[in-house]
Amino acid sequence: MAAAEGSGAGGAAKPLFAGLSDVSISEDIPVEGEITVPVGSRSPDEDYSTLDEPVRDTIMRDLKAVGKKFVHVMYPKKSSALLRDWDLWGPLVLCVSLALMLQGGSADSKDDGGPQFAEVFVIIWFGAVVITLNSKLLGGTISFFQSLCVLGYCVLPLTVAMLVCRLVLLAGSGTVSFVVRLVVVIAMFGWSTLASTAFLADSQPPNRKALVVYPIFLFYFVISWMILTFTPQ
Amino acid sequence: MAASNELRFHEFEEAAELLSATPTATTASTGARQSHTTVDVGPGYEEGEPGEDADSAELLGGQRKPRSFWTFEYYQAFFDVDTYQVLDRIKGSVMPLPGKNFVRHHLRNNPDLYGPFWICATLVFALAISGNLSHLPEKQASPSFHYSPQFHKVTIAATIVYCYAWLVPLALWGYLRWRQGAGARAGAYSFLETVCVYGYSLFAYIPAAVLWLIPAAWLQWLLLAVAALLSASVLALTFWPLVRADGRAAAVALLAAVVSLHTLLAVCCKLYFFQRPPSAGPAPSPLHTTLGTEPHRSRAPQHFSNLSQPASSRQ
Repeated sequence: MAAAEGSGAGGAAKPLFAGLSDVSISEDIPVEGEITVPVGSRSPDEDYSTLDEPVRDTIMRDLKAVGKKFVHVMYPKKSSALLRDWDLWGPLVLCVSLALMLQGGSADSKDDGGPQFAEVFVIIWFGAVVITLNSKLLGGTISFFQSLCVLGYCVLPLTVAMLVCRLVLLAGSGTVSFVVRLVVVIAMFGWSTLASTAFLADSQPPNRKALVVYPIFLFYFVISWMILTFTPQ
Repeated sequence: MAASNELRFHEFEEAAELLSATPTATTASTGARQSHTTVDVGPGYEEGEPGEDADSAELLGGQRKPRSFWTFEYYQAFFDVDTYQVLDRIKGSVMPLPGKNFVRHHLRNNPDLYGPFWICATLVFALAISGNLSHLPEKQASPSFHYSPQFHKVTIAATIVYCYAWLVPLALWGYLRWRQGAGARAGAYSFLETVCVYGYSLFAYIPAAVLWLIPAAWLQWLLLAVAALLSASVLALTFWPLVRADGRAAAVALLAAVVSLHTLLAVCCKLYFFQRPPSAGPAPSPLHTTLGTEPHRSRAPQHFSNLSQPASSRQ
C-alpha cells in the first residue's frame, strides 16, 4: 500500500492531477445519492443544542424529570411517563438514602445487628434485577431498564416510611411508637406494591399477572421488614 | 483512472487480509468478494452456505449450540407456566395420593424453575423473619433483653435452603443416572424435573415456618412432623417407580435417604432459627429444645446447668 502510493504520488503526481480534470467521473465510478450539501437550511429550533446551555439548566432539567417521576409514584395513575423515559438517578438516590437511614442501629455488635449498608444496597438492586428478569422470562413486554426504573422509584413510599420511623423513634420507643411505626410501614408497603403493580402488571399476559406480582410483593415486604425492625443504638 | 486504481488496490488488500485469515479461500476476486460479504455479516448470524467451506461450516455448527444456550429464549422455556399451573403444582406437592406421580400428573414434561426459585426465596425469608419474631416475647419478659433484627440469619437461611434445593437433586439425579447405566429408560426424570419436584416439595415448610411462631413446643413439633410427612411422601411416591426395579434393599435405602434428608432439613431449621438465645449451646437435643421452648419457662441460666429441672417442675 505504502509503496504503491509512493510511486503513484511521488512518481507521477503532476500528470495524475492534470489528467483528473479531463476525466469525467461518471464514466468510471457510479455516483449515487445526494451530492449537494445543505447549508444553513435548518431553523434554530431544530438543531437546539444542549452543549452551550448553562450547567444550571442541565441539572435543573434532570432534577425536574426525577421530581416528576416522584410525583407519578405518589399518585400512581395509569401513565406511561415513568416507563417512557426511564432513568436510574431516582432509584440510586432513594436506595442510598434508605441504606444510610438504616445505619446507626446496633452496628457495634456485628453479630446480631440490623442490615449493613451493603446488604441493603445489594438487596434492593439485586432484588430489582431478579424481579425484572423474572417478569421478562415470564413473557413481559417491558424493557429491562424500564422495569428496573419503576421498581426503584416505587421504593419512595418506603423511604418516606423510614424517615417517619426515625422521627418517631426520636420521640421514644414504647408500645405507642411501635404501633405508629407499624401502621406507617404497612400503609407505605401497600402503597409501594400497588404503585409498582399499576405500572408493571399491564405489560404481562393476563394469566400470569399473579406470578409477576408475587415477587414484587415479597421484595417490598422484605424492605418493609428491614425498616420496621430498625432499632437505634 | 487513478481513482479506479486506488479502488482496485483496496480490494486486493482486503483480499490479502482475507487470505491470511482464511487460507482455504480462493484467490479469484469473485471468491474474495463472496467471502468478504460473509465476514462482514459475521459468521454467527448467518448459516454457512452449503458446500462453500467444510470446516467453517463445522465451526459455525459448533458455535450455534452454545449460542442457543446463551439466548434469552432458552431460559424463557423454564418459566413457561401460568398461574393456575403453579397453584396446581403447589397443591400437588402437599397432597400425596397413591398412584398420582408428581412428575407425570403435574409437571407433564413442562418443568419450570419459577416455582422452585420463588418457593425457596419465600422459605428463606419466612424462616429468617419468623425465627426472629419467635424471640420477641422475651423482650417483654426481661428488660435487659435487647431486640435485634438478626439480619445475618437471612444469609444463613438462603445458603441452607438453596444448597438443599440444588445439591440434593443433583446428587439424586446423578445417582439415578448411574444406576440406570447407559441404556437410560424412558421413564427417567431429567435434572430439571428433579429440581422442580424438590423445589415444590419445600412449599410445605413455608406455612410450618410461619406457624412455628406459636410458642407451644408440642404444636411446633407436630407441625414439623405433618409438613415433613406430607412433602416427603410426595417425594417418595414420585421416585418410587424409578428405583423399584433396582432391588428392594437399594430402593428402600435410597427412599429412606431422601425422606430423612428432607426431614433433617426441617429439624435443622427448627433448631437453628427457633432456638431461644439462652440455650444457644452447641447442638441441643430435640428433647432439650422441646422443654426449653415451653412458654414462660427456663430463660434463666440455670436452664444450662440443670436439665432435669423443667421436667421435674412440670410434674
